[in-house]
Amino acid sequence: MNPEDLKYNVSHEWVGLIEENGEQVAVVGITDFAVEQLTDLVYMALPAVGTRVKAGQEFGEVESVKAVSALYSPVDGEVIASHEELVDNLETLGSDPFGQGWIIKVRLENVTSLDGLMDRAAYLQQCADA
Amino acid sequence: MSESHQLELKTTPLTQWHVDHGARMVNFAGYQMPVQYSSILAEHAATRNAAALFDISHMGRLRFEGPRAHELLDYLLTRRVTDIPTGAVRYSLMCNEMGGVLDDVLISNLETPSSRHFFLLVVNASNREKIVKWIGPHLADYPDVVCNDVTESTAMIAVQGPRSAEIVGKLFAPRVVELAYYRALVVDQMHKPCIISRTGYTGEDGFELIVRAEDAGRVWENLLLAGRQHAITAAGLGARDTLRLEAAMPLYGHELSEEMDPITCGLGFAVNLKDRVFIGREALENRRSRPLGVKRIGLRLAGKRAAREGASLIDSDGRTVGHVTSGTFSPTLQYPIAMGYIASELAIEGTAIDVDIRGSKATAEIVTLPFYRRV
Repeated sequence: MNPEDLKYNVSHEWVGLIEENGEQVAVVGITDFAVEQLTDLVYMALPAVGTRVKAGQEFGEVESVKAVSALYSPVDGEVIASHEELVDNLETLGSDPFGQGWIIKVRLENVTSLDGLMDRAAYLQQCADA
Repeated sequence: MSESHQLELKTTPLTQWHVDHGARMVNFAGYQMPVQYSSILAEHAATRNAAALFDISHMGRLRFEGPRAHELLDYLLTRRVTDIPTGAVRYSLMCNEMGGVLDDVLISNLETPSSRHFFLLVVNASNREKIVKWIGPHLADYPDVVCNDVTESTAMIAVQGPRSAEIVGKLFAPRVVELAYYRALVVDQMHKPCIISRTGYTGEDGFELIVRAEDAGRVWENLLLAGRQHAITAAGLGARDTLRLEAAMPLYGHELSEEMDPITCGLGFAVNLKDRVFIGREALENRRSRPLGVKRIGLRLAGKRAAREGASLIDSDGRTVGHVTSGTFSPTLQYPIAMGYIASELAIEGTAIDVDIRGSKATAEIVTLPFYRRV
């Protein structure tokens, strides 16, 4: 996915919309900035397919040697895919955070839940201010 | 995810070096300290396989001088001080009257090249103020003893790892490299005084150096240069914590506190009750004959999820029977490890126990400490 076209959560998750089997699907991951901040990832917990997620609510966690960080959903909807292969290949999060590092796919409940998210420019500003 | 504290944090003589070299800085016990430079895993591996350099200047350093300094310290510490030979270091506890641990410390009996005798007490950064206050009234009972807090006027650097001796050997005289474990020397190389001991907090061979604040930068750079062929790296508090945890060394505020006594923590070796009077003696004598009912244990967890401080230990009947005091994913062993306290009757190696990690259960096994021992 092109980072320029994505929307961003304050908590460093990205979301992009794609067409899959004729319906609009949200793909969710975490940013390169987040992965760099976390460093030394050792574990990741993903939601089961069918789990309902809500914007701002925890849907999983990623753990580094130092600490655990929750993953917060940027959207409302139902998890239709969980990227289980990532769990054993956490380095993918660092090498391709906006592509093969995707974490979950969500069937959107409403597209308006994306309204409160940041665009690329606003997100990069947030990172610069951190 | 991370917040930068711009409070009035104390710095060490090496803080600027850390910042200049890209360290991620955190507030630790009121000091601005590096938690990691590049990666905790890389810094951890460097310490286990070759060598790493740690700025540990935040540790408190108190210098005691006077003809009865050894008597005062003997009264304050759980281990005998009066028979520490010159050039020796002892691990000890300082306890209150109830036997609660005020701090765990290193006490050294030292002699300068000009034959001046003194004792050096190294305390945890987080406890320094408390310890200085605690010692105050006792110091008044020993008018000939002078205690100087030299923390701010000095720096403390640890060189740790199997290559430490080779590296230190390039900068110091052979008698420094020949120091035995828990031995220390005061050297005065080119008029730069340095206390150097064969001690550490990583489970590896290594040295800890105390130098004047103004010499710290040069000593640090020289050590990096001397260790270049071994790819020595600067390491932060993150690796320091994973290293000490693998070596099962207790950390004050986690395994140790004023609510905990050394016997229960498994530090009975550092409590000497024989023919001595010291603060906490009675309580500790009692504790020896009437154990508290919990024991410090090590846990190996299944899976990759680490149990962090505060996680509950659950028995097969669903009862909470203990808790985790420190835990991490072990970089050397490649599985999660933890230390904690558990009901004594369950503190048996091989016992299976569940750990509640933020609401979901992980299985664990009680294992022998330390998790890691150097060969």
